Amino acid sequence: MSYAKHSVILFLILIVSTLGMRAGEDEVRRDSIVLDEVAVVARFPHNEVIPVQRLSGEQLERLNSHTVADALRYFSGLQVKDYGGVGGIKTINVRSMGTNHVGVVYDGVQLGNAQNGQIDLGQFSLDNVEEISLYNGQKSDILQPAKDFGSAASVYLRTRSPRFEKGERFHARATVKAGSSDLFNPSALFEAKLSSKLRAAIGGEWLTSSGKYKFRYRRVTPAGDVAYDTTATRQNGDINAFRVEANIFGDIKDGEWSAKVYHYESERGIPGAIVNNVWRRGERLWDNNTFVQSAFSIIREKFSTLNNLKYSFYHTHYVNNDERVQRVDNTYRQHEAYFSTSNMWHPLRWLKLSASYDFQWNSMNADLYNFVRPERATNMLAIAGSLNFNRVKFQASGLLTHIHDRLHNQQSPDDKRVFTPAAFVSVYPLHSREFSIRGFVKRSFRMPTFNDLYYTDMGNAQLSPERVSQYDLGVLFDRASRFGTIRALRFQADVYYNKVHDKIVAYPKGQQFRWTMLNLGLVDIRGVDISALTSVNPIDELTLTFRAQYTFQRAIDITNPSDRYYRDQIPYIPRHSGSAVANAEWRGWGVNYSFIYVGERYNQQENILYNYTQPWYTSDLSLLRSFRIGNVRTRAQIEINNLFSQDYDVILNYPMPKRNYRFTLTFEL
Amino acid sequence: MKRLNLLISTLIIVVATMACREDDIVVPAEYEIIENATPLPGSKILGFYLVNEGNMGSNKCTLDYFDYTTSTYIRNLYADRNPNVVKELGDVGNDIGIYGSKLYVVVNCSHKVEILNARTGRRLGKVDINNCRYVTFHKGRAYVSSYVGPVAVDPKSPLGEVCEIDTTTFEITRRITVGYQPEEMAIIGDKMYVANSGGYRVPNYDDRVSVIDMNTFTLNRQIQVGINLHHIASDAQGRLWVSSRGNYEQEGSCLYLLQPDTNGEMAVARKFDIACSEMAIHENRLYYYATQWNNYTARNEITYGIIDTATLSQVSKNFITDGTEQSIAIPYGIAIHPESGEILVTDARNYVSSGTLYCFSPEGRMKWQVRTGDIPAHIAFLHK
Repeated sequence: MSYAKHSVILFLILIVSTLGMRAGEDEVRRDSIVLDEVAVVARFPHNEVIPVQRLSGEQLERLNSHTVADALRYFSGLQVKDYGGVGGIKTINVRSMGTNHVGVVYDGVQLGNAQNGQIDLGQFSLDNVEEISLYNGQKSDILQPAKDFGSAASVYLRTRSPRFEKGERFHARATVKAGSSDLFNPSALFEAKLSSKLRAAIGGEWLTSSGKYKFRYRRVTPAGDVAYDTTATRQNGDINAFRVEANIFGDIKDGEWSAKVYHYESERGIPGAIVNNVWRRGERLWDNNTFVQSAFSIIREKFSTLNNLKYSFYHTHYVNNDERVQRVDNTYRQHEAYFSTSNMWHPLRWLKLSASYDFQWNSMNADLYNFVRPERATNMLAIAGSLNFNRVKFQASGLLTHIHDRLHNQQSPDDKRVFTPAAFVSVYPLHSREFSIRGFVKRSFRMPTFNDLYYTDMGNAQLSPERVSQYDLGVLFDRASRFGTIRALRFQADVYYNKVHDKIVAYPKGQQFRWTMLNLGLVDIRGVDISALTSVNPIDELTLTFRAQYTFQRAIDITNPSDRYYRDQIPYIPRHSGSAVANAEWRGWGVNYSFIYVGERYNQQENILYNYTQPWYTSDLSLLRSFRIGNVRTRAQIEINNLFSQDYDVILNYPMPKRNYRFTLTFEL
Repeated sequence: MKRLNLLISTLIIVVATMACREDDIVVPAEYEIIENATPLPGSKILGFYLVNEGNMGSNKCTLDYFDYTTSTYIRNLYADRNPNVVKELGDVGNDIGIYGSKLYVVVNCSHKVEILNARTGRRLGKVDINNCRYVTFHKGRAYVSSYVGPVAVDPKSPLGEVCEIDTTTFEITRRITVGYQPEEMAIIGDKMYVANSGGYRVPNYDDRVSVIDMNTFTLNRQIQVGINLHHIASDAQGRLWVSSRGNYEQEGSCLYLLQPDTNGEMAVARKFDIACSEMAIHENRLYYYATQWNNYTARNEITYGIIDTATLSQVSKNFITDGTEQSIAIPYGIAIHPESGEILVTDARNYVSSGTLYCFSPEGRMKWQVRTGDIPAHIAFLHK
């Protein structure tokens, strides 16, 4: 019933949008003062050599997104693994290469987790994030840390940095969100101009939720009778999290510097899989993540430099106090120190050369039996160059990584040395700059994590890095106009071919669910990413924006012809997925509709009926009103998520919430 | 404009090709006729049930049945016969047993024992037992071992227990605390012997067999045997064979023989330095296989052997004689047909895809094989 409704609604939106275009043609072109706001939507970088998808500012605020992971669902070629609920872990997988191949960069420095290599993007609130960009391959910039040349794909999160108009001394913002699952999430941000060259910002946030939501499992018999239909409340998914962040920004001659202190701590329940007879579990997790980082850069005509320093401490405490199973109480501690220097020379108008060197040190300790307490030193050296002609842009880089691990009470494995080259090209074949063709080839790798290598009993210190080759070819059409009905029109499409070699997989060892990790896997990935955006002004003060993206992925396991799953689609990768967003703004009002579709998938390697997982698609709707109370800019937003209350699992046995609501109120000075 | 319309039409086409959700159907059973599975004339055995454990958290414990009378293999029979049970059979099956007209399936991570009509596969009831492991029967009652008993002594590492179930009312009638993380049980006369593993106490494994007097249902004594005990079986000579998993490091898996000493009390008589993951005793032959991980070769070392329980000598180091063992990745279960002596061996492959059941002639030649559910492991024969 609800899916029929869905198709109708989506279809209507498409029809309406077509009509909108036609009507627009007849309109007399008019200048309007709201142009600059539209330009936010249309502000796409024209100098990118590398496919990029970006969400920023207003666009980001309008989407019904609470965390960075929610917002990333609107990017093509990307799958979010979502265990459900406010506190549920959310990780991303770009172009089926695996979570560990995605770098997540927070204000210029990559976030790390040497323990399992995965960043829980559910922990990053959108509260102060101003822009999210997803680059396939690497960022189109050669003045960047060596590490940034390494990942197969990268997500860049940029937080708000204070910008003051003439005469302004400070900004203040307060937001409060409340909603289903007893969500309460107040946050505050204060920015001050300390002097003409010094700005500071401090912000904090508190998030609490019971994590309780209704979910439903319904099955019918082949004859069509209801076999069972049960609705229950998700238990032990509560979260209580606190984040505080302080930044200082300074301007110097031809450059700038900044420093940041970030602290996040949370306590949450891990709701666990819903299986027969088990509807509640006793796992709890405490995270405590602190880092300080600092950047210093000088940009000059001939020579530029960018330097970063970071130290982070990550403390995780895991407890299982379910009396029916083994009691677990483990603490994991990680330290990371990082230094990076990147230097760029600009000898000729069309030539840039850069060299970057990074050093990173990681350590991990855990109160596990026989734990080897690994320490890791990573040296990274990258050389890059870019050629910039009128119609052709070319970029090439090579990264040399050297990794040395030291273990406590055990012989260290051999050092690893990996060289990963990449080349990117972008061509403007037509007179107009609106159309371009780009392509890239890149090799990258992921180092086995501490868990893969050294987890008591399960790790395998002999593992080699997992390698990926990527080939991409795409087109981009991008038109932005300050006048007329169509203010922005952007279309991009890429076809790609990736191959994952020596994939690290869990392999059974002896009896009794005992596993080890092996470099045993070969995955062949072919896909198409398409995204389109248009922004139109059919009548004065009314702006309509439409975004759509579609992803096709064929990611098959070609490890061994004797496996039953040989050439089967790998788990949790849909062949088809996509999203569509329609947004209307009129005076202080805004309405946003977003639709996400994830096609059928298999929850295990074999593509058989027993492992089949149904497609899911949700519609989210939000209504927004901006107004002023005296000097205070106020925004009120109501969101309805999963409008048609679809009952679905993203991950097998981890049910997602039915229809849910959220209210946001923001005051800004 | 044209471009835009093209774009929108493309979008519509894309949307039209995307599949929609349908009602989730209870996963149907699959039927497969097995060739070469010639029925034994006048056999009293109708078939056997096989429980597939399913990986932890997947809720994919399934029940298969092989019907000797029609040579039909039925995959995933439980949900088909019991469509109304919410979330099907459950998470991680660990044992199966038939007693009288009833079939008992121990579902470890669903913390329950499922009781079915052995002929129809329909549910008669379930008994909730935390972290239940194995089942055995004695004088009209079922006995189930559980990893976690009363938490009174040490909340971090509770002793395990054995629960007694009334096979008509499906109620727990009595409980007895045994060693740490008890596994399989065997009964000789009026005594029950429970192998304790202590698997939650690494590296301080339990090393005892608990002896329970079945008349009084009290703990009689504990016999020190070896660390991390797992399987226990009685032979025709009234002796006990107990397997130890070792500590997966310096101390490998091995097999112990227990027999009555001069006072008539069970005691360790001999230790065999033979790795044993699972065993099945048929007449005077103990069939076993072992899977041991070798850190140097990064491979599992697998053996299939036979011990003569009368002469206590190893009579075979590979009961598979036609080379089929090359295609078995991880042997995970073994059973011997009580009449024909055919050997059933299951292969769990990579734990997260469907497994294979192999049937070998008593001479060790493969007769047939069939695809099973995930991690096929435990087999119970259905008698007429």
